[in-house]
Amino acid sequence: MMGIVSYGSYIPKFRIKVEEIARVWGEDAKKIKGGLGVYEKSVPDVDEDAATIAVEAAREAIKRAKINPEDIGAVFVGSESHPYAVKPTATIVGEALGVGNDYYAADLEFACKAGTAGMQICYSMVKSGIIRYGLAIGADTSQARPGDALEYAAAAGGAAFLIGKDPIAEIEATYSFTSDTPDFWRRDLQPYPSHGGRFTGQPAYFRHIISAARGLMEKYGYKTEDFDYAVFHMPNAKFPVRAARMLGFSEEHISQGLVVRAIGNAYSGSSLLGLAATLDIAEPDERILLVSFGSGAGSDAFALRVTDRIKEFEREPKVWEKIERKVYVDYAIYLKHRRKIRA
Amino acid sequence: MVPRSWRKIKYRYDLRGSYCENCGNYHYPPRNFCPTCRRRGKVIETLFPEEGRVVSYTVVREKEPYIVALIELDNGARVLSQVCCDPSEMKIGMRVRKAFRRYGEDNEDGIIHYGTKFVPVN
Repeated sequence: MMGIVSYGSYIPKFRIKVEEIARVWGEDAKKIKGGLGVYEKSVPDVDEDAATIAVEAAREAIKRAKINPEDIGAVFVGSESHPYAVKPTATIVGEALGVGNDYYAADLEFACKAGTAGMQICYSMVKSGIIRYGLAIGADTSQARPGDALEYAAAAGGAAFLIGKDPIAEIEATYSFTSDTPDFWRRDLQPYPSHGGRFTGQPAYFRHIISAARGLMEKYGYKTEDFDYAVFHMPNAKFPVRAARMLGFSEEHISQGLVVRAIGNAYSGSSLLGLAATLDIAEPDERILLVSFGSGAGSDAFALRVTDRIKEFEREPKVWEKIERKVYVDYAIYLKHRRKIRA
Repeated sequence: MVPRSWRKIKYRYDLRGSYCENCGNYHYPPRNFCPTCRRRGKVIETLFPEEGRVVSYTVVREKEPYIVALIELDNGARVLSQVCCDPSEMKIGMRVRKAFRRYGEDNEDGIIHYGTKFVPVN
């Protein structure tokens, strides 16, 4: 049996409210909150980036797994805010974790689904017997052009998943749906991404999320009723709620993983933080559907079954407790933290 | 700067210090020679505990204030490090935990330096 052996998460403690961003740009905060379903978002500290977030999340995962870091045979870091354009984040992470030098490593990039792509690679490598444990991390300090609609949701955070044998949650099946759909992109040397506005909905998010979920169910014989929880990528709170409804899930199936309202969209960390929050309360034999989405575009779907091992697994502090530990900043401090202004 | 920074990665990225098996003293940054036991010393490298308490601190008020603290880790080793929090939160004796953070960068086209700082224990 193979799957998630351990997990860890990290959410920077700073938050900015939608009201504060709307105040600066003269927009109606009530309308934005109603439209996006996002109330505040996480903001990294001045000395945090995707690499530091990845290390913090992974350290928690390793501590909970109670394993020797040198038993980790692969480190994959998925992000669209890798600190370097050329020079891997995965080596910084591997070194900080004390993995040694005997490991496979690469940075992955597929907009918001690079973290789940790492999970699929680790799962394959564990299944084939090449490695004992693989570490898949999704971490981002996502960028948004000041004044753009994205600025209300683009957040920071990450989660790390240790893949191996004797898991707390078995990966029963995984399936991907991929197409060339330019809904969101960032060209070389551009500081901020661009997006297709309304085009990011139906042809991008919904087509890929629904196709991946249905593809997984058809190929491996699942029905909506087989799942106790569902987690979808969360660019805002509206999209995952609507996707859940389209697949026949109720609000109760997704509310535990719906972290976006309180922290925004942590891009590669988004659906993985939702999964971590769901694993925080899941009981043995419960089944979780995870479907990520990465613009460009693709979705990775997973059927996860929680095992008895979760009973003795350390799950404190929980994701929702981390969400509650927060310090609010105003827009000027937010600009400083995001290194948009410098002394 | 690149080689100098690279040589420090091992003990900056995590709290890797030295321990003298002869006298039981810990040192950080690690030493290859025990200053107490001299040639009788038996120095080994070891990973230090992740938590400790603030022995003393100062707030450096340059462009942006930052905190430098003397921290006694739970094995008794003392470490000089930055603490990431508001200066008003600082108290002598408070518990702190290691955190992986950016130290700085060599200009916009240079390398980024990472290492261990501390944050208050919640």
